[in-house]
Amino acid sequence: MAQTIYESFGYVLPETMLSIFFVLTLLTALVGKKRSKYLPAYMALLGLVLAGIFVFRQIGVDELVFSGMYAVDPFSWFFKVIFLVTGVLIILFSLQSRELEAVSTKYPEYFSLILALTIGAFFMAGSSNLLMMYLSLELVSISSYILSGFTKENARADEASLKYVIYGAFSSGLMLYGISLIYGLTGETNLYAMNQALAVGSIPRITILLAVILMLVGLGYKISAVPFHFWTPDVYEGAPITVTAFLSVTSKAAGFAMLMRFFKIGFVDVTAVPAMAGMWAIFKGFNWTDIIAVLSVLTMTVGNLVAIWQSNMKRLLAYSSIAHAGYILMGFVTLTDQGMSAILLYFVAYLLMNLGAFYVVMLIANKYHTENVEDYRGLGYRSPYAAFALTVFLFSLTGIPPTFGFIGKFYLFSALISTNYIWLAIVGVINSVVSLYYYAKVVRYMYLVEPVEKSRVEFDFGSNLLMTLLVVPNIALMLYFTPILSWAQYSVTMFGLH
Amino acid sequence: MQYQFLGIGYLTWITFLPILGMIVVLLIPRANTNAMKWTALGATILQLVFAALIWVNFNPALTGINDVSKFQFVEQTTWINLQGAGWFGHVVVQYFLGIDGLSLPMVILTSLISFVGVIASWNINKAQKGYFALYLLLDTGMMGVFVALDMFLFYVFWEIMLLPMYFLIGIWGGPRREYAAIKFFLYTLFGSVLILLVMLGLYFSVSIKDPVTGQMTHTFNMLAMMNPANYDPNSLLGGIGTYWRDVAFIALFIGFAIKVPIFPFHTWLPDAHVEAPTAISVILAGVLLKMGTYGFLRISFPIFPDAMLKYAFPLAILGFINIVYGALCAMAQTDFKKMIAYSSISHMGVVLLGIAAMNTQGVSGGVLQMFNHGVVTAMLFLVVGVIYDRAHTRGLDDFGGLANQMPVYTGIMTVAFFAAIGLPGLSEFVSEMLSYLGAFQTFQWVAIFASIGILLTAGYMLWALQRVFLGQLPEKWKGLPDVNGRELVAFVPLMIVVILLGIFPSILLHPMNASLNHLVDFVHKVGTGLSAAK
Repeated sequence: MAQTIYESFGYVLPETMLSIFFVLTLLTALVGKKRSKYLPAYMALLGLVLAGIFVFRQIGVDELVFSGMYAVDPFSWFFKVIFLVTGVLIILFSLQSRELEAVSTKYPEYFSLILALTIGAFFMAGSSNLLMMYLSLELVSISSYILSGFTKENARADEASLKYVIYGAFSSGLMLYGISLIYGLTGETNLYAMNQALAVGSIPRITILLAVILMLVGLGYKISAVPFHFWTPDVYEGAPITVTAFLSVTSKAAGFAMLMRFFKIGFVDVTAVPAMAGMWAIFKGFNWTDIIAVLSVLTMTVGNLVAIWQSNMKRLLAYSSIAHAGYILMGFVTLTDQGMSAILLYFVAYLLMNLGAFYVVMLIANKYHTENVEDYRGLGYRSPYAAFALTVFLFSLTGIPPTFGFIGKFYLFSALISTNYIWLAIVGVINSVVSLYYYAKVVRYMYLVEPVEKSRVEFDFGSNLLMTLLVVPNIALMLYFTPILSWAQYSVTMFGLH
Repeated sequence: MQYQFLGIGYLTWITFLPILGMIVVLLIPRANTNAMKWTALGATILQLVFAALIWVNFNPALTGINDVSKFQFVEQTTWINLQGAGWFGHVVVQYFLGIDGLSLPMVILTSLISFVGVIASWNINKAQKGYFALYLLLDTGMMGVFVALDMFLFYVFWEIMLLPMYFLIGIWGGPRREYAAIKFFLYTLFGSVLILLVMLGLYFSVSIKDPVTGQMTHTFNMLAMMNPANYDPNSLLGGIGTYWRDVAFIALFIGFAIKVPIFPFHTWLPDAHVEAPTAISVILAGVLLKMGTYGFLRISFPIFPDAMLKYAFPLAILGFINIVYGALCAMAQTDFKKMIAYSSISHMGVVLLGIAAMNTQGVSGGVLQMFNHGVVTAMLFLVVGVIYDRAHTRGLDDFGGLANQMPVYTGIMTVAFFAAIGLPGLSEFVSEMLSYLGAFQTFQWVAIFASIGILLTAGYMLWALQRVFLGQLPEKWKGLPDVNGRELVAFVPLMIVVILLGIFPSILLHPMNASLNHLVDFVHKVGTGLSAAK
């Protein structure tokens, strides 16, 4: 454990780098206007790349820094890579977005906020202190409030942003209440110390139950789990597509990272051997996993069932992302290392397929000026490559071979089967059959329905290249997923466990 | 290793040749549709050549089923090998192909039907590039299912077929194609996720010793799953005749039954068959339906012999229902294609009845029936395709007196119809007889009642024949041309097979025999052994 503050700084170089570039990106507003309006984007990209280099140098680091505030371990490392890749892709998407083009004078703010959200996500993945958790969560939240209302001339975006703020404020308030209860009970804000306090002390069970449920509200809101999901469709529909895509991956992944760390570090019985057998041992006589299981079933079922009725692509993908949060929660129910590695693997798949889907939706919105599913008719004949790419992403989201989404689902289900959660696995697979219906609905419009207009609409080379970059791993990683899986298995290590 | 071409095994060739064809098709410029057709044809002809090579080199004495050393043309390499992070998760998935007497007929059938299907697709006039690319992908998926011996690999091939099939029905199909395509997709996906869960259950229950490191690892190897000694004692599917083994058997059954299709999971079939273009109906009926029954014989029965013996009687009853219900529905149809579709349900019931009997005659009859039905029903759908191409209607009552107008066509159709009825001297007679014979030994009364199906089949087939060919030729069909050369190329090989197997069935029964005998033996021995140990 790096104890002194000076030593600790050595471990947060990626975050420091991102913070510096956050400021620099903002400052381009003063100097860069004459040269290029894209300067802030390049600046932000440079920041992400440099942070990436520092992250790359942290492979294998397993340390707790700033007096137990922040963990730099393989687990957070995995998520940092996800955040960085997402950040880079989102910036590339944003450069092509027609919605954002309208507000291009505010590019410096936009791109610096993307960095700010990424910094928040970094801290969320590593926080091992209740206060730190809350602060990083707020950093992510506030950045996303502004981003979702960024095109403020658009009334829907304003509405989205406002809804987001109100929901966010309410649920983070509840979470703060939960934190204060835990602090009151244990006298600690550090998760490791809290764990010890819980292990030895005689703490009233009902109060700790209440505190944990309050924490779950805050985190459930971040990962948009049902019943804390009501903001999601409105925000996803109202926000610019790039922001929606960004929130759907980074914000959700950060939420999951924090959720997993909070429960694993906070409540695992570290004295039990092996570590996974002692899960929840602190709460004897109460089966906690059932709460998560119910949450998971609700989340995926509601997400999938409501998605069937959607006619707006962004809304459809919003409900689909709610359903995916449900799938991912299934992995969390097991609380085993296998379930955790399945979640991590799933996030790689989710990043590739979800960002891909949003990207194609954005490209189509640029050219066809529509987000309506019915206007996708005949797209397979008018823009064959974009339609093909979207088809790959949608089937990957469904989880059908030969796509990487299948491997992601496969590992989630295998984690469930190996821990004998058969009923949950059955609910999960039935849900993926249901999800096929609405994903295939989009495919149906693209290929099975004759287009009204026959003219071809082609995309430029850069767009095609970026689509290819997302399509190829979606298929190639199904054929050979060893490296991702071994990386995910390695990354379940959190500081203080194992 | 023996049996290689250019350093790659025959089975890899036969499975992935269509993929090569697909890549070529995708590279051909959009306008050059002839090149696409010829590429697809070339790929399927080469596939047929490999199938012939495999058949020639096949050693009928080897049994296969549960013993890798008795499989032929085996290719076994590691596909995914993850050492794991120490405390869990050593993952091995093998690229494991091989065939025995059970898969050999299916491999030949798949190549034959795929070849015929390309010829039947010759006058597809919309988005040919996509059509032939998807067609070839489908071909790979089908072939892969019949040669895969690793369950993960099997599942991947099984699922790969769904996507092309969805598009092939949905884009090139008839008026209600969208409904039919999504219905097919949802039904089969539902079936396959059940298979997925059982596969995972098996994976975590079975462990074998890694030959290199000597540590115990879980495996997807189907042959290892067949050995009761490999099950971990306290695992989910370990033990004997346990609750979860029954559940797994039933889940697997539903997964495969949807594909067969077995009543009450059959409702997707009439829709899909009627809406699909001719070639795709041919593939659907000729090959895809066989995957379900193949799955029973390859996976369900040898892996869950205890449950199989326990549920043999209900299976036979379902076979009976399929036979009679399918035949009655067929009789009620006025749409030519729908009639053939329901006749498929009826004929697949015969397969189920035969294999449920679990004796040599029944299982041989069932597998032979799978092959024969594939060929005969392909002919029937081609017959429908020919008339539909010309008259643009499939109503049985719209025609009459075609015998004079299209004599060659009438001849072909008569052969196909009589083969389907099971006339001695044509292929289906032998297989139906064997199936009923086997069933009679085990389930006497079921077999007796099921034989009503033969009568009903004769009824609806002859009635249809009468309505189409005999009587007065309506004025508007006076100009219908007879079968042309291209269509004959599709019909002739199938007709040769139908007649040849009718007269001399042992060319196919002989190579199957050792494997199927062993399968029957194995299921009884292990199944009763497990029950006795209980």
